[in-house]
Order: sequence, then structure tokens, then C-alpha cells
Amino acid sequence: MAVTVLIPTPLRTFTDGRDRVQLEAATVGQLLERLAAEHAALRAHLFAEDGRLRSFVNVFVNDRDIRHLGRQDTPVGPDDTVAIVPSIAGGRGGGGEETTVAEQLPKLSHEEILRYSRHLILPDVGVAGQRKLKAARVLLVGAGGLGSPAALYLAAAGVGTLGLVDFDVVDRTNLQRQILHGTAMVGRPKLESAQARIQDVNPHVRVETFETRLTSDNALDIIRDFDVVADGTDNFPTRYLVNDACVLLGKPNVYGSIFRFEGQASVFYAKQGPCYRCLYAEPPPPGLVPSCAEGGVLGVLPGIIGSIQALETIKLILGSGDTLIGRLLLFDALQLRFRELRLEKDPDCPVCGAQPTVTSLIDYEAFCGVGAEPVYDGAEITAADLRDEWARNRDLVVVDVREPHEAEIARIAGTRLIPLSQLPERLHELDGHAELVTHCHHGLRSLKALEILKAAGFSKVRSLKGGIDAWSVTVDPEVPRY
Amino acid sequence: MTLVLEERHVAAMRRHGEADYPHEACGLIGGRAEGDRKTAVRLVPLPNARSDAPHNRYLIAPEAFIEAEAELARGGLEVVGVYHSHPDHRPVPSAFDREHAWPWLSYVIVGVARGRAQEARSWTLVDDRRAFREEPLILEDRKGAWQLQS
Repeated sequence: MAVTVLIPTPLRTFTDGRDRVQLEAATVGQLLERLAAEHAALRAHLFAEDGRLRSFVNVFVNDRDIRHLGRQDTPVGPDDTVAIVPSIAGGRGGGGEETTVAEQLPKLSHEEILRYSRHLILPDVGVAGQRKLKAARVLLVGAGGLGSPAALYLAAAGVGTLGLVDFDVVDRTNLQRQILHGTAMVGRPKLESAQARIQDVNPHVRVETFETRLTSDNALDIIRDFDVVADGTDNFPTRYLVNDACVLLGKPNVYGSIFRFEGQASVFYAKQGPCYRCLYAEPPPPGLVPSCAEGGVLGVLPGIIGSIQALETIKLILGSGDTLIGRLLLFDALQLRFRELRLEKDPDCPVCGAQPTVTSLIDYEAFCGVGAEPVYDGAEITAADLRDEWARNRDLVVVDVREPHEAEIARIAGTRLIPLSQLPERLHELDGHAELVTHCHHGLRSLKALEILKAAGFSKVRSLKGGIDAWSVTVDPEVPRY
Repeated sequence: MTLVLEERHVAAMRRHGEADYPHEACGLIGGRAEGDRKTAVRLVPLPNARSDAPHNRYLIAPEAFIEAEAELARGGLEVVGVYHSHPDHRPVPSAFDREHAWPWLSYVIVGVARGRAQEARSWTLVDDRRAFREEPLILEDRKGAWQLQS
């Protein structure tokens, strides 16, 4: 006389996916015993070690709880339906929240109290929060597009110590977005410019400068003394270096990146969430992702993303609000849209995973494939040599492989425009016997064009070293630089 | 196992955790299971039946479970998981959670610190009941993030 037992979803993995099982039994106790005998793996989930039915396993006979009938002695017959029904229980149990140790924080002067008054009256900042900011040490890697707004807002907010790593000089092309630097500072070191500007914004801030490229040799020593790192780098080797160093030292890494009209921001803090490598395990192949220098960037964009980095840094210091730990913020300036992606810690992450394989800093240039590009020995021609050769040989063809919108900014007279993206389909427009010279903006894309042409059988091809920029500097100043 | 949620599901769990703070909030996750992948479709928030110790215990009574399950079944869904909050505690299962856990179900825990929802993580019981294993929690709208250089 078979009785039907309804199996709840969580247990169906043990009954080959079946939602009901037919068994012969006279009581509920017998029925459950037979069920466990037929499906051995079920036993541990139904019965405790002492053999009693687990407290969260409920049995209903024809919709009535056996606790109100005869419990396990409740008789069952062939017309009865017996359902195993979960009750779902749990809870965090005992134990409370960790108590924070009261720290010795620096006091605020009367001038500082006045200066920060709009912070002090905010319940989430207050005097205690402002003193935390004053005690904080934040390192900005890069004093460029992202580092500019971040440094200005962090200085204005009263972060006690700002470290700056940069080795560049202020270039006129920086001024469209790098608001730390002014026209008067063109040609001067960015750190000098940044320090002057920050001191003017807030003389209470101590600026520590590191006029160097961040490398595997110095990164740990520089980062070690800071509480939070804000990453405003413009290349993949440094991005991975900053990430790995922060993971190894247990520091939060406030990340931002920008391209054209798009930006991203997150907080990578391996102690509490994923790191940059959990999101991007490996860099893209070299040359695939253009930098802002190659692809352009809207000047306001780093202002927005860099400000978000400043905001997240301040929240980390204050311990307030929900930070971007475990979240990637995506910003589209043209659509004016923010989106958010949930990031998970990768248990197999080579740096912050359970069994890390990267336990010290590595060669990040090699990791990102920088320097592994093919060598173009003798394939390049300088701007001065091109001018001389072109004057002697008017059959020489100079191919401009930039995009049409770039050609509108500046052109070398007498060149043929074939954008790199169209080159493979337009090879037939070129004479296979002619002397060819490719050129672009700075001399990188023209080398790619050279490769394409060589592979297609063009033998007499060279590339203009330094691109139209070098032409403007050494040959024809009438061609504007951009 | 992998649990696939939508952003709105996580938002709803977080809101529920905040609303019921300092008590534990709980509910069921309705969805579809296919192989090793469970996809959440809708949440069923339920009252915490542990009125004696709601700040650190929760209970979904069998009657409430039956009702929610039937409601989900009408939409072609089944119970694929459970969510609950840990007020002022990390979203990591306690020993009590493990002792009372059902196999196969995803247990999503949302930490709520001082009334503010924090991280959500998902766990499943291992077959011998000796531990919880964290399972990947995938947010479905995870599309279109590419790597920027600058």
C-alpha cells in the first residue's frame, strides 16, 4: 500500500530530481526511515546524530502537521499524501560588533574650525571626522586628469597629508583637463605646480612629493606610509603595480579611469572585497586599448571621476556610508548615465585569492607586454630626413594613416590620407613599387601600418618617427601641434 | 552552484534588512534552477517568526513556507534560496545558520551595520553538513564593462 511523499526542492538532488516518491509504510516514522534507507544521502539532512527528526524538518499528513497528530506514530495509508516541509531558520547568533579603539587624533585650531565649519556641522563628519581627516595620509598616484580634482578636493577637505607621485612636466595639452596646473606652469614639473596650488587651497595640508616613476622597486616603500591610495595612472603596468602593492600592503586602492566620454570608478580593497585583478585578471594585448593621448578625452570627465575618487577616499577615512567596495561604477558622459556592476572577489585571484601566486611585486612592463613589440630596425625615418628625401624624390608617397577628423586639425601637404582602420581594404590604391612613408600623430599607428604593408608585400616602406608632431617641431612650424 | 540575481533583488534584500533593523529580516528567493545555476526571478519577503529573539534569530514557519511555495509555483517558479540579514554582523553564516540549513538552497546573507545595509554574500551547505561554501553571486546586468587605460 504505497504512500506518496512530496519532496521539497532542496532535497530533490537526493531523489534524482523527483518531487514525489512512493513508499510502503504504516506510520510516518516508518515512512521516513524507508525514505532515508532508499536515498542514503538524505539521512543526514532529515535526522540529527541522535536519530531524532531535525527541528527544522516538518512533516504534514494531508496538510496537517504531525505535531498536532500522533507525531512519528501518525498512521498513514494509500490515500494519504505526506509532505516534507522546510522551516527555514538561522541567525547570526551571539557576539556583537567589533568595538573601535579610540584613537589619538590631532586637535583642530581655531582657524581650522572656521575653515571646516560646513563639515563640522554635518552629523556624519563632525569634529571627530574632521580630526580623522587631519590625521589621514592619502597617496595620489599621478597628478594629471584624475589626480587634479582629487588633490584639490582632498586638500580643501582637510586631509592632513597628501603624497603625490609624478615625474612629468606640465604640457600645454594637459591644461584642458588637469586643473591643478595653470598656463604659467607650462614646462615646469607637475609636482612643483601641484604643491603650489595645494598650499594655496589649504596651507594646513602637508604635501609629500615623489618625483619618480612608481616602480616595483619603490612602490612598497612609498605606499607603505599611507592610509589610502588614489590611482590616477594612465597606463596598465602602473595600474597593476598599484593594485598589487595595495593588496600586499593591505591598503584600499581608490580606482578611477577615463576614456573619451566614459569613466569608471571603484574601491579595490582586498581585505573587504575584490581587487583590480579580480575584475581584470590580465591586461589587454598592448596597443588594443588606446590611451587618452591617442583617443582623446572630454576635459570635464576626469573632473567627475576624480571627484568621485576624492569622495570615496574621504568616506574610507571617515568610515561613513557605502563605499564602492565590490561595485564598479560606470559613467557615460554623453548619455549622462551612471550604471553599477556588482564585483565579486575571485577566489582564484593570483594576488588576493586563497592561494596567491603573486606574493611580491613583479615586472609589470613585461606582464603588460610592453617592450615585447617588434623591433623596427631601419624602418623609421626622421622628419628632417623625410624632408630632404622628399625634395629629391617627388615620386615618394607619404601615407597619412590618421583618422579624417585628425587630418582636419593639421596636415602635411602632399600626403595621401588612408586611415589605419581602412588600410587593409585599400591596399590596391597604393603602387607596390613606390617608396612609401607612413605617418600618424606620434609614430605608433604608422608602425602598425608599416607592418600591414610589409605583410602585403610592399617592400619599400618606412614610418615617420615621431609622426606629424615631429614634422611640426623640426620641419614646418606652420603645421599646428595638437 | 551559482546564484544569479538582478540588481533590484539585492536592493530589495538590503532595504528589507534596513527596514527590520535591529531585527533579522528574512524571505525566500523564487526562481528557476538549471544544472548548477539558479536564477532568481522574485523575492518573497516574510515575517520573522522568532518574536522571542528577532535580533539574532530568524524563522520562516512551515505554514509560511507552504504558502510562499504555492504562490511561486503558480508563476512557474520554485524556492531556490533564502535570504536573511545579520544586524551588526558580517554576512557570513553562523554555526546556528549551518545547523539549521537545508542542502541545495542558496543562503544569501546581508550584513546591516548600524542600520545600513552592507555587502550581500551567498552560501550553500556542503553535502556532509559540516560547512557552508560561498557560491558565486552573479548580477545579471553585468555587461559592457571594458578596461580603460587612462
